[in-house]
Amino acid sequence: MAEAAKFELGDDSVVVIVGTGAGGGVLANELAQKGVKVVALEAGGRYLPEDYVNDEWESFGQLAWTDPRTTSGDWRVAKDFSGLPAWIVKAVGGTSIHWAGASLRFQDHEWRARTTYGEVEGASLLDWPLDAAEMAPWYDKAEAKLGVTGVGGRPRLPGNNNYLVFEKGAKALGYQEVHTGNMAINSVEYDDRMSCQQTGFCFQGCKWGAKWSSAYTDIPRGEATGNLEVRDHAHVARILHDDSGKVTGVEYFDKDGNLQMQKARIVCVAGNSFESPRLLLNSASSMFPDGLANSSGQVGRNYMRHTTGSVYATFERPVRMWRGTTMAGIIRDEAKHDPSRGFVGGYELETLALGLPFMAAFLDPGAWGREFTTALDSYENMAGMWIVGEDMPQADNRVTLSDAEDSFGLKVANVNFSDHPNDVAMRNHAYKQGVAIYDAVGATRTLPTPPYPSTHNLGTNRMSEKPEDGVVDRNGRAHDVANLFVSDGSQFTTGAAENPTLTIVALAIRQADHIAKEMAAGNI
Amino acid sequence: MSQISKQGLSRRALLSRAAAAGALAVAGAGFIAAPDAAWAVEVSNVSEHEMATLLQMARDIYPHDKVGDRFYAIAVKSYDSEEQKQAVAEGIAALDAAAKEAGFEDYLSTGWEADRVAILRRIEDTPFFQTVRGGLVTGLYNQKEVWPIFGYQGESYSEGGYINRGFDDIDWL
Ligand SMILES: Cc1cc2nc3c(=O)[nH]c(=O)nc-3n(C[C@H](O)[C@H](O)[C@H](O)COP(=O)(O)OP(=O)(O)OC[C@H]3O[C@@H](n4cnc5c(N)ncnc54)[C@H](O)[C@@H]3O)c2cc1C
Ligand code: SF4
Repeated sequence: MAEAAKFELGDDSVVVIVGTGAGGGVLANELAQKGVKVVALEAGGRYLPEDYVNDEWESFGQLAWTDPRTTSGDWRVAKDFSGLPAWIVKAVGGTSIHWAGASLRFQDHEWRARTTYGEVEGASLLDWPLDAAEMAPWYDKAEAKLGVTGVGGRPRLPGNNNYLVFEKGAKALGYQEVHTGNMAINSVEYDDRMSCQQTGFCFQGCKWGAKWSSAYTDIPRGEATGNLEVRDHAHVARILHDDSGKVTGVEYFDKDGNLQMQKARIVCVAGNSFESPRLLLNSASSMFPDGLANSSGQVGRNYMRHTTGSVYATFERPVRMWRGTTMAGIIRDEAKHDPSRGFVGGYELETLALGLPFMAAFLDPGAWGREFTTALDSYENMAGMWIVGEDMPQADNRVTLSDAEDSFGLKVANVNFSDHPNDVAMRNHAYKQGVAIYDAVGATRTLPTPPYPSTHNLGTNRMSEKPEDGVVDRNGRAHDVANLFVSDGSQFTTGAAENPTLTIVALAIRQADHIAKEMAAGNI
Repeated sequence: MSQISKQGLSRRALLSRAAAAGALAVAGAGFIAAPDAAWAVEVSNVSEHEMATLLQMARDIYPHDKVGDRFYAIAVKSYDSEEQKQAVAEGIAALDAAAKEAGFEDYLSTGWEADRVAILRRIEDTPFFQTVRGGLVTGLYNQKEVWPIFGYQGESYSEGGYINRGFDDIDWL
């Protein structure tokens, strides 16, 4: 294995990537494999499977992004978790350490949301400048990289107790597409990683490495090429540019809190959908007074988080949902677009289990007394599912700079979010279906549970055909700045019903291909 | 969010000096203890009455009949500190005042849970109530010793996960 590269701060031939999660980590490796020199700057530290802990709060303390953020809007998260709008990771590997591994392709029509759904009042819907046919080969590559089950000849995972309850209820209701999902979790040994041991702490980092995370796949592989240097505890503060409006590098705070400047030929931003727009906004200059790449005024807007919610139910006898994969199965029948249900777009139902400590925190935040505690008394007899549906982009659901500052004195992100009526109608429909599924298996009590702090964060630097409608073009390149790219979920034009990471990874692989070609052609 | 230390709970020796006062906890000079001597909490910054009231309040906020008082005691023990003592004194005074308004002597001597819950509802929007409630979410439910009471098994990696230990053993479907 080659030594990991070390590049000079003054080396202006490198591609600088901000953030090493699902988007940034994959992009870094893909570029390094093609011989492109990369410096990846990551605000968090490095943790590997041996470091992960099977303990919800301890793991949260180890991995979660807990730097300050502020919230506004009428979403309940702003009241119950005002300083924690999202539950995401600050570490090399980013939120790909936390994720459950559900890896679904968009449905064809979801690339054309505006055309398919028509005008929806109050929504800023747009078609992607990409389509299903164009994305298909990139999805193939992404699925092979992640080892997604149920495609490419890879068997599906076995179903755990939580899944078996869910499946029985789903079949009783007549649902057809019910299975253990398409998961980036090995059902058999694959790509030098072992198979799932049904440990049940997928959200806390997979100690067996059975679940894909860029932390222990793409990152070390990129480093092994000798073309990638990852600097951890490197918090990027600002992107710099020259008089011609091209970016020239970034300023970041290193491990010791000292401000450094790394030169760059290209900068790719992949800090997840709060930090990426925050960085662009914090990079305002006299030439870009409203923030970098923001001539459209779209940076930070159209924040999407999926229409979510959970349904838990208790039964007469034990389920022990915490055993085995956290997201152990899916019902896809409601993912279609069928406006006769009273909303546009669709949703997936996926099993979900929380341990007792997180269940206490998230079942009904703020609730107390016996109505709440008797539900927890039946924890052992509980099954659970999560709703994930397409939410409507709205211009005022947005990330702006708050007056609050972080420990570096940088303005933090304020996240403003309110549900669109379509989101509310969809959630209510999903609650009803979820309750019916568990009732069909003899639930003694059902608990429609409000959304958690966001795990899927999308859309704040959206892709658009026309520069005035969004921030980046079909390759994730800023409309305004030729050598600036966005490489994470903030590129999403719309959110679709599916969990986003497979698409983030497919876009990153595609973007690496584009950047390498453009560099070779001397265009950037 | 770490676990609250159990220090001070094993001081059974203190119990020999205990004087009975109420069903829940026995308040003595500088500590409160279980009437059956199962546990004791020493207090040095807040009063015995305040700690005993906090403990009852914790039970009434998150009542689990199978969870013993000692776990609630661990969860509120950290309020016995120099930094917290003023907030505790004011908070408990307000709670007792609310109990008086409702026609009881004080919160602790209000016999029925339903009556105490009604008193708590009067103060549930205060920062004191919210701090105590919020702290309990981790202070109570993140005690590893509490988990088995709910059936939760916790860490599983060291035992090889559940692949051979019942991840799909449901037998009643
Ligand atoms: C509990 C949980 C379960 C999930 N389950 C699923 C699932 O089953 N399927 C699915 O598709 N998705 C799932 N997700 C979502 C998935 O994890 C994210 O969509 C994905 O990781 C986002 O990738 P990203 O590259 O945009 O950001 P991230 O992976 O969050 O990476 C961003 C990185 O950038 C770093 N960073 C930010 N700002 C800076 C800065 N200024 N300087 C330097 N570094 C910076 C951060 O520290 C972080 O490491 C889940 C998420 C959570 C929290
Ligand atoms: S259940 Fe499987 S994928 Fe999840 S953490 Fe355990 S071994 Fe890893």
